[in-house]
Amino acid sequence: MTVTLDARIPAGPIADKWDNHRFSTRLVNPANKRKYQVIIVGSGLAGASAAATLGELGYRVKVFTFHDSPRRAHSIAAQGGINAAKNYRNDGDSVYRLFYDTVKGGDYRSREANVYRLAQVSGEIIDQCAAQGGPFAREYGGLLDNRSFGGAQVSRTFYARGQTGQQLLLGAYQALARQIAAGTVELFTRAEMLDVVLDDGRTAGIVVRDLVTGAVTSHAAHAVVLATGGYSNVFYLSTNAMACNVTAIWRAHRRGAVFANPCYTQIHPTCIPASDEFQSKLTLMSESLRNDGRIWVPTDPDDTRPPNQIPEDARDYYLERAYPAFGNLVPRDVASRAAMRMIDQGRGVGPLGNGVYLDFHDSIGRLGADVVEERYGNLFEMYQRITDEDPYRAPMRIYPAPHYTMGGLWVDYNLMTTVPGLYALGEANFSDHGANRLGASALMQGLADGYFVLPATIGDYLADFLNAEPLPTDHPAFVAAEREVRGRVDGFLAVSGTRPVDWFHRELGKIMIEQCGMARSRPGLEKAMAEIPALRAEFDADVRVLGSADTVNQSLEKAGRVADFFELAELMCRDALDREESCGGHFRVEHQTADGEARRDDDNFAFVSAWEWQGDDAPQVKVEEPLVFEHVELAQRSYK
Amino acid sequence: MTATQPKPRTSRPGLLGIYRSDLGKKYAMAISGVFLLLFVFAHMVGNLHAFEGPEQINHYGEALRELGEPLLPRTMLLWVGLRIPLAIALAVHVHAAYALTLTNLRARSGSYDGRNYLAAGYASRTMRWTGVITLLFLAWHLADFTWGIKTVNPDYVRGDVYGNLIASLERWPVFALYLMAMGALGLHVWHGAWSLFQSLGINNPRFNAYRRIFAIVFATIVTGGFVTVPIAVQLGIIG
Amino acid sequence: MNLTLRVWRQAGADAPGRFETYPAEGIPPEASFLEMLDIVNERLERNGAEPIAFDHDCREGICGSCGVMIDGVPHGPQLGTATCQLHMRRFDEGDTVVVEPWRAAGFPVVRDLMVDRSAFDRIIEAGGYISVSTGSAPDANEIPVPKDAADAAMDAAACIGCGACVAACPNSAAQLFTAAKLVHLNLLPQGQAERDRRTVAMVDTMESFFGSCTNHGECETACPKGISIDTIALMNRDYLKARLSDRRLLGRS
Repeated sequence: MTVTLDARIPAGPIADKWDNHRFSTRLVNPANKRKYQVIIVGSGLAGASAAATLGELGYRVKVFTFHDSPRRAHSIAAQGGINAAKNYRNDGDSVYRLFYDTVKGGDYRSREANVYRLAQVSGEIIDQCAAQGGPFAREYGGLLDNRSFGGAQVSRTFYARGQTGQQLLLGAYQALARQIAAGTVELFTRAEMLDVVLDDGRTAGIVVRDLVTGAVTSHAAHAVVLATGGYSNVFYLSTNAMACNVTAIWRAHRRGAVFANPCYTQIHPTCIPASDEFQSKLTLMSESLRNDGRIWVPTDPDDTRPPNQIPEDARDYYLERAYPAFGNLVPRDVASRAAMRMIDQGRGVGPLGNGVYLDFHDSIGRLGADVVEERYGNLFEMYQRITDEDPYRAPMRIYPAPHYTMGGLWVDYNLMTTVPGLYALGEANFSDHGANRLGASALMQGLADGYFVLPATIGDYLADFLNAEPLPTDHPAFVAAEREVRGRVDGFLAVSGTRPVDWFHRELGKIMIEQCGMARSRPGLEKAMAEIPALRAEFDADVRVLGSADTVNQSLEKAGRVADFFELAELMCRDALDREESCGGHFRVEHQTADGEARRDDDNFAFVSAWEWQGDDAPQVKVEEPLVFEHVELAQRSYK
Repeated sequence: MTATQPKPRTSRPGLLGIYRSDLGKKYAMAISGVFLLLFVFAHMVGNLHAFEGPEQINHYGEALRELGEPLLPRTMLLWVGLRIPLAIALAVHVHAAYALTLTNLRARSGSYDGRNYLAAGYASRTMRWTGVITLLFLAWHLADFTWGIKTVNPDYVRGDVYGNLIASLERWPVFALYLMAMGALGLHVWHGAWSLFQSLGINNPRFNAYRRIFAIVFATIVTGGFVTVPIAVQLGIIG
Repeated sequence: MNLTLRVWRQAGADAPGRFETYPAEGIPPEASFLEMLDIVNERLERNGAEPIAFDHDCREGICGSCGVMIDGVPHGPQLGTATCQLHMRRFDEGDTVVVEPWRAAGFPVVRDLMVDRSAFDRIIEAGGYISVSTGSAPDANEIPVPKDAADAAMDAAACIGCGACVAACPNSAAQLFTAAKLVHLNLLPQGQAERDRRTVAMVDTMESFFGSCTNHGECETACPKGISIDTIALMNRDYLKARLSDRRLLGRS
């Protein structure tokens, strides 16, 4: 059985689509909204903003987070800022330009209508966040400050020091708190969603495990919204928080939600390199560092002198050399691959040879240490704390690290997955960033989905179910799903093998970063597709999870997440293998230009690859959603 | 796991309502503290009359009792204007401290193995004890000089401030007690005279640094002023 | 490097707790404190012992999940640093390190080093927000915010809700957490309409869980984000004002 993908893109000129759609969408009468129960899983920017807004509208909402508080969601770690087409700078920005830049930045693999809507609501997001008390950076006149970010030609990024994600998340969290106090939203903390329950092909609710007591319970609703973030932790080492995982959307995928573009992953160029094998995560440093830092490696791979003793003529400023127009400000994917090439040539620096230099010597000379400190002081401090090296004296060492996943559950224009009544928001869906996300766009998308899109589109689905009670949780569908969840949890405990969960996760990560990371090749991907099931089999036979299921058991939680990562990893490789082109974050070595740049194949691959689950015994089947570009002209990206 | 539910607690109107809150008690402590500090300072300055000899200090003592005469009866202003308000301030200060101490003990759950304090000073961590010592001393002090209880000060003569002073402070144990008590008072004031600004929300980057300096200077002057008299008695400068 | 850990183990909220001693050998000095715990845990698991439970997530000092008492200091010996950003090079070879959970009646232990900090959520729910339903906001530049006020609000808003202030306080008071949020919102023009109501509601809720402030200043020192106790003074001022003011006059500036 194969689903047909209907993106339900409204008709009409692109600028009017969202307005037309909102007008033609069915509404739920204010007095009737309280008759609907909506479940939201995840409390990051997308989940918290959606929950707060649906609560304000009068829906009955339940929010589930596996953290101890909604405020811990990983959105909090976003540093740089949030884009909005406000044109406060009068520098030529517009909704259309933000739309255009985002489609181009995504390497022409996103859906035009979605991106245009994102640009349209971007301004309202800033209004909303400022009114909530978001302490954005301001000028002396009291108005909002902007900066240019990620190589954009206009200054459209709003920011709150290096903590923009934190401030936006706290704003959404506080709006959510207000609704909790008002009684419209019920909060469940330390509660992990482990299954979606369907009845007659529609979403009926979810099964949740309480991470403190181990109790497995069901919650029924008219609609379920997954806002559970991305899956970069499939690489083990990434900039994501430790608990970030794919389980919620993977469970939904197994229940019929098709998974789109799993191979589109973003590797962020400015992270601190790993220092030892026990490293648990990689720390990202804001990409703004590239505004003033110069990236280089020694020309001679055998040059072991300390960086300050290497003379100018023995340094290779490889980005400035290869991309004279953009220099150190080339997009993330380009900068990351260039660093990888340097390291592959044996020119990496640092004790493990796994970094490149990011040098502020010239900027300190040109601007003075004061100015550099004012701009980057907190980042320098963070770097020094982690590495014990002083970036004012010696260049920083940086290395690319998995950071964001553009792929996710396939959704239509309403953000509904292929399972009726099941929605996906934010990084958990695939919709707006194509094959590569621009800096400061993740916060924009999460909040657009949660504050403005879902609240306007969900009524269209709910309208059909007025006065229909949610399925009772003692219905056989729930009982069966609970039994399955318990069986799976107990299964991990029963293996009693010899190796901890983390060992398997690390091994999986090594395979993935090696074969499905910054550069992918057919032989590498085929190798990975052989290795992953073997490792999975070993995991099933030899994982050691101690303790019991009825108390806090962090290894047990992790076992379930890693098991799902195995299945995802296979699909990522299959998707990467299938996409015989290079685009954005997906780089196939077979498809590059003579000078090593990505070569897209618009004739054959201008589509979304959506994968449909076929059961445990058969590989997923690919369904294509063709991408039609009516407004943006497809061109080869060039940053020379 | 759903989160724990809050215990119900709502504000009640009126000044007593404010006092029912912990912050209200902190205001009460700070305001009564200001009053007690003013008193302590005036008392210390008054004590220095002892250096001027028996007539001067005895006259000063009598003058306090005669305050407001002939408009008011003798000792009336002393009672209504000073002693009763002081007693009320003290009662409020002690009650608030007692209630907050109970609250704070309840808010804790066990202690750490080898707690390492980085900011809290000796003075701030001993407020409870220096307060209790000062209070106990006050009882002794009143028995010694105001009420003239014979077991405390056998040579007490009502009205002879100078004589009573020497008779009491000549004795080594009493001298030691006074020094210790003044030490406790000094520590209490050292933290209290800074703390009251925080409790009352008197905070401005323009003068914040002076608050600590004020407290230190105030505590030093008060303690120094108070201990000069017993030391002078011991050294025979007074007597 | 080789260390010895004395770690608090407690099976559940109502179970009795005790210290256990574990060797932490061959720890790379570059490892973070939590990575050191990861290594110890992996060895415990290989040896058939249940790993030490501790809250952690972002490991870059912003989510506020982690936080333990290390040798009697919240988040350990490096000031202005959350536990996840503390690195082992701060310790000496052969050290014995004592690791305990936050201790406060308002933070019941969940297991081992994990505590339940949901009281913080209750304080925010009481009024730690500006009531502006989605869609009703005016243009972001319609209300200018003086830069100094915005900067001061941001200083306070940097709070990560880790609970170190409560853990550090000899009275288990949550004044710094509560004051940080109050000051963030009360300093901004957008926060004025609800200022009195917010202040009273948040303080009252805070007091139902936690102790009172005796101005030790331990919280400020423990705070990984360096939030100043000046915020507490401002909260004290706002609370008194809020309890005495005539709210009908709030619209006048």
